[in-house]
Amino acid sequence: MNEEIIIAGFGGQGVLSLGKILAYSGIMEGLEVSWFPSYGPEMRGGTANVTVILSDERISSPVLNVYDTAIIFNQQSLDKFEPKVKPGGLLIYDPNGITRHPERTDIDIYQIEATRTAANEFKNTKVLNMVALGGYLKVKPIVKMENVLKGLRKSLPERYHHLLPLNEQAIRRGMEIIKLYRKAEPVNA
Amino acid sequence: MGEILLMKGNEALAEAIIRAGADAYFGYPITPQSEVMEYLAAAKPEERTGMVLLQAESELAAINMLYGAGATGKKVITSSSSPGISLMQEGISYMAGAEIPAVIVNVVRGGPGLGTIQPAQSDYFQATKGGGHGDYHLLVLAPNSVQEMADFVPLAFDLAFKYRNPVMILSDGLIGQMMEKVELFDPIPRWTDEYIREHHGSWATIGKTPDRERNIITSLDLVPERMEKHNLHLKEKYDQMEREEVRYEEISTEDAEYLFVAYGSSSRIAMKAVKLAREEGIKVGLLRPITLFPFPKKPLERLADQVKGILTVELSLGQMVEDVKLAVNCRIPVEHYGRVGGMIPTPEEVVEALKTKIINR
Repeated sequence: MNEEIIIAGFGGQGVLSLGKILAYSGIMEGLEVSWFPSYGPEMRGGTANVTVILSDERISSPVLNVYDTAIIFNQQSLDKFEPKVKPGGLLIYDPNGITRHPERTDIDIYQIEATRTAANEFKNTKVLNMVALGGYLKVKPIVKMENVLKGLRKSLPERYHHLLPLNEQAIRRGMEIIKLYRKAEPVNA
Repeated sequence: MGEILLMKGNEALAEAIIRAGADAYFGYPITPQSEVMEYLAAAKPEERTGMVLLQAESELAAINMLYGAGATGKKVITSSSSPGISLMQEGISYMAGAEIPAVIVNVVRGGPGLGTIQPAQSDYFQATKGGGHGDYHLLVLAPNSVQEMADFVPLAFDLAFKYRNPVMILSDGLIGQMMEKVELFDPIPRWTDEYIREHHGSWATIGKTPDRERNIITSLDLVPERMEKHNLHLKEKYDQMEREEVRYEEISTEDAEYLFVAYGSSSRIAMKAVKLAREEGIKVGLLRPITLFPFPKKPLERLADQVKGILTVELSLGQMVEDVKLAVNCRIPVEHYGRVGGMIPTPEEVVEALKTKIINR
């Protein structure tokens, strides 16, 4: 198993912490993991992205050019990373604020209303990243739920542990609401 | 060994400083290594081990604090990034001359000048060829994972005291900023005053006792005959490092027809390039120097008899490539591929460079 993921959106959407929780969940599953962020000026109000790799082998490059999965939260990131998903790969995006939707036909594309769900159902936009995580894990169950919850517990500082149930609910809700946008077309041999 | 944690390279380094039994950290913040002091401040080393954590007023002050505290036989360490390390060069040269054991960490960013805060490996010459003035070398370790960011701290202290020489850990913004899983070593107690007197009392400035002469720490000697002897003594240490301390890793070299040479972050990218190239049927391996000084010349000499050409991969315009050329003595083609200014090559680019610069040259 080798899963190479890019997670991208605006700073403040919880992109880096989504990556960290996923990486910690991978450790709990006994996998090798790496997490490499964009840092510096990009973090200060612009776009943020993080490359996360989960593998059952030693991880080579933490920096990649193409990805198995892209989890996308804004238009700039969709424009940038849609072409970087491997053929047959997976693209998950939050349609909130998106005007140009993905066009590729050789990858599986899913929509998750993470921002809306977090705001309307949970009254807390901060959990939008956990809604998206749930959606991702529904499509690609590479880490068991028990290990995700352990990873969540390890990632969150103890002063936030009262928020663990809320985060768990958000993950479970994400699993329910993720919906297929377009399946990859079969490749003609 | 303890718990497995997910940490940034800089955080793992900082935790390892406390666990290695360091007596003092002196530093001045700079991106991309500011997490080192941030982590140390939050970890309260003064409560855990009694270690001194001090934010100096500048890099110049930090390196001279290192000189002074190191002269007393204590385990001392500083960290910075490229522009800060340049400011420290005078002090580092003095410490090499005065034979002061200490550890200096450079989390390299792009230059010259203030350059960029993004990763680079353009301080290779500075780290391995001296950096300051005078005939001297640092022993240079190049971690390529978060695990090694932690493990190389106690190793660097051991080597610094074995040779009474400053040791540099040459990392970069990529290894410093990435998170990986890390298994931390058990804490090593700080040395007692008795231990220091017994093991380093012959040279350290720990207070004169009636039974011996004063210990004097200096890099100055105006008598040419004595100074030459001192220079030759330093040279003997560097020769001993070359005999005893060369460290490297080989990946997929057994049947290799071509070879990448890369250290630190670019060795991770080259590892992936090995995988991709082999999927295309190109038999390529990787030699990763772990010590940059002393440089792994012997394994390169051996591999030069086996492979048809070598590509070095560096985040620079070509620095380590010169040491590779010297090691293989121009017997086979050696070329360089690198990105600079904070750009990071993709594994695909590296495979392409191998084809155009070596295979189809």
